[in-house]
Amino acid sequence: MDQSPFVRKEMLAPKAAPVSETGAVGWIRQNLFSGPLNILLTVISVAVIFWVVTHTAPWFLNGVWKASSLVECREILNGATGACWAVITERWHQLTFGFYPPELYWRPILAFVLMLVALAPVLYPSVPRGMFWFSLLYPLIGFWLLWGGTLWLPVVVLLGPLVGYVVYRMLRSYSSALGMILGAVAILAFWMWLAGPLSKDLQRIFPLAIREVPSRDFGGFMLSIIIGVTGIALSLPLGIVLALGRKSDMFLIRILSIGFIEFVRGVPLIALLFTASLLLNYFLPPGTNFDIILRVIIMVTLFAAAYMAEVVRGGLAALPRGQYEAADALGLDYWRAQRLVIMPQALKISIPGIVNTFIGLFKDTTLVVFIGLLDPIGLSNSIRANAAWNGIYWELFIFIGLCFFIICFGMSRYSLWLERKLKTDHR
Amino acid sequence: MKKSVFLGTLSFAALAAGISQAATLDDVKARGSLNCGVSTGVNGFSAPDAQGVWQGFDVAICRAVAAAVLKDPMKVNFISTTGQTRFTALASGEVDILARNTTWTLSRDADLKFTFIGVNYYDGQGFMVKKDLGVTSAKDLEGATVCIQTGTTTELNLADFFKANNLKYEPVPVETNAEAQQQYLAGACDVYTTDASGLAATRGGFADAANHIILPEIISKEPLGPLVRQGDDQWSDIGRWVLNALVGAEEYGVTAANIDEMTATGSENPEINRLLGKEGELGAMLGLDNDWAIHAIKAGGNYGEVFEATIGEQTPIGLARGLNAQWTQGGLLYAPPFR
Repeated sequence: MDQSPFVRKEMLAPKAAPVSETGAVGWIRQNLFSGPLNILLTVISVAVIFWVVTHTAPWFLNGVWKASSLVECREILNGATGACWAVITERWHQLTFGFYPPELYWRPILAFVLMLVALAPVLYPSVPRGMFWFSLLYPLIGFWLLWGGTLWLPVVVLLGPLVGYVVYRMLRSYSSALGMILGAVAILAFWMWLAGPLSKDLQRIFPLAIREVPSRDFGGFMLSIIIGVTGIALSLPLGIVLALGRKSDMFLIRILSIGFIEFVRGVPLIALLFTASLLLNYFLPPGTNFDIILRVIIMVTLFAAAYMAEVVRGGLAALPRGQYEAADALGLDYWRAQRLVIMPQALKISIPGIVNTFIGLFKDTTLVVFIGLLDPIGLSNSIRANAAWNGIYWELFIFIGLCFFIICFGMSRYSLWLERKLKTDHR
Repeated sequence: MKKSVFLGTLSFAALAAGISQAATLDDVKARGSLNCGVSTGVNGFSAPDAQGVWQGFDVAICRAVAAAVLKDPMKVNFISTTGQTRFTALASGEVDILARNTTWTLSRDADLKFTFIGVNYYDGQGFMVKKDLGVTSAKDLEGATVCIQTGTTTELNLADFFKANNLKYEPVPVETNAEAQQQYLAGACDVYTTDASGLAATRGGFADAANHIILPEIISKEPLGPLVRQGDDQWSDIGRWVLNALVGAEEYGVTAANIDEMTATGSENPEINRLLGKEGELGAMLGLDNDWAIHAIKAGGNYGEVFEATIGEQTPIGLARGLNAQWTQGGLLYAPPFR
């Protein structure tokens, strides 16, 4: 009798993992039902989700999209639960453009599209660098498209830097700093006193204008985006300057920067807005028409710049001292060192904080409702004040919230992408 | 010394303001449009419609003034103001007239340096309760929970009323009318109190409006009226008499429909003829053309027509005339003679 032990000659094919460990079942087991506590939590969560969905879904899905008033909505629903989205159908253009004349809607839309074009080279390094010129010109183009009026005003404003440069060239031989300061003064003076009359004269000789739209017709998301984007674009450079000022060795600049930052951070935005809308009215000579949107933009920018300065200062503080010394060792002067060595690293570290401030600023634009500007929240109030829509809340707020979420979420995803792209360390 | 310079600048600014604002009528004519301050939205009184055109009871006053001065009721720039910004907007010259359901009080008239040009709506604080509560009078509200907007005069009026009637109540403070509406419907309070017109408007938005009643007691006086800056008597006269013209037109039976006919044929009532500029020079006395009242009345009809179209019983707000009826009907509207 052959007593030789059993020896397997060929390798067994690996068995498929048990169903309970792979695929959807495995994932669910591992992540949702891995222990008594997790089972309990899963069951409770599913119950809560189920409860929320079954209670809200009919309301969302059963909504009425076509009606001319809340009463009509209720008649159509006939006692059934359901949202009255008809208010959005009827008023979405008001929530988007405010009281902007409907036949001119193409202007803000074009301005918005061009804004995306202008932002592209700033946001994505793969876009040709030549586009930067368009980005620099965009503020004037956007202003002209939105407010209208004569084309000569932006053209004349464009001449301002030229005047400044001429002054700088003339004075450069005496003192470079003096030339720069007086050049800047010349630009401001040109803009303040000469640009207006000059563009009016040019307009009279060569009429070239589109219809003017007054600021009080602006509203809705258009207003939020104008204030938000301008505030964002201006507050970052201003914040960087303030952060550098705060770390400067020069006593006066340091004190001024600290004073400004601490003062603005110590005051609520709403107080600054009230100052813009109420106090300035008393101090300025009567009849001066200092545009309310411009006033608000200035206040929002100053407010965001103070926060931005502290975020950037955090980035600066996180840089090892060696980086500063390395820049000095290369023989770079202050501005070159900042531009080539310090700022690229400091700003990279600060990206989450910067975007945080941007998102906060954008959402804070809704505070203008307290000074009578009709942003989306303010408009929801006036829409409700119309007899047809009195008593409608959720639909409007959900729509507004959704729009804000889309914009803010977009900013947040972009910042994550940028962080990943700029990641050079190997942590 | 610094201080005196500062004060000097301030007083100079005030002086300059006084000078430049002396002739509002000329400013309006030169501008070709009337700047009118309204609320950011009060149901029935001022709200933009789907086309962005402002509608409402307060808005109608602005349109009538614009029609009287500029012959076109649409030449109005509406500037939305909040409760905080309204008085500055008027004082600083941003608006020419403020028609924003503002209560006429002594301090606003004298201390804030404004002139109320009349009362376009006599309001008062009221109470709204659910019908199934079984309450028919505010005196039955012993121990009730009351939703009340904080920081308003209604809060003080409420305390006074309950104290005077020796009743107890529990206030539920809310910030806005929207919040109050939600709290009240959710049952957080038995009673909601605010101006009676506001209660009616709020109730108009309810799905079950018939299940709520507004109690008969009115516990405060809230005469709402348009106002202008103090110191420009010509301009305040224009505002006052435009309002009077609308009220008077209702009394004499002049409507937007029959005004053309009345103007063409004249009337047997000399008062109407003077109002419509057929006799006398009333328009010139105001610094306007003689057909000023015709344009003002055509803008939206006489007082009664405006009332019915914006807040009257045919609208969802459904306010009865009450105190706002003509004096001949037992109300308080009483236009002085056009003479």
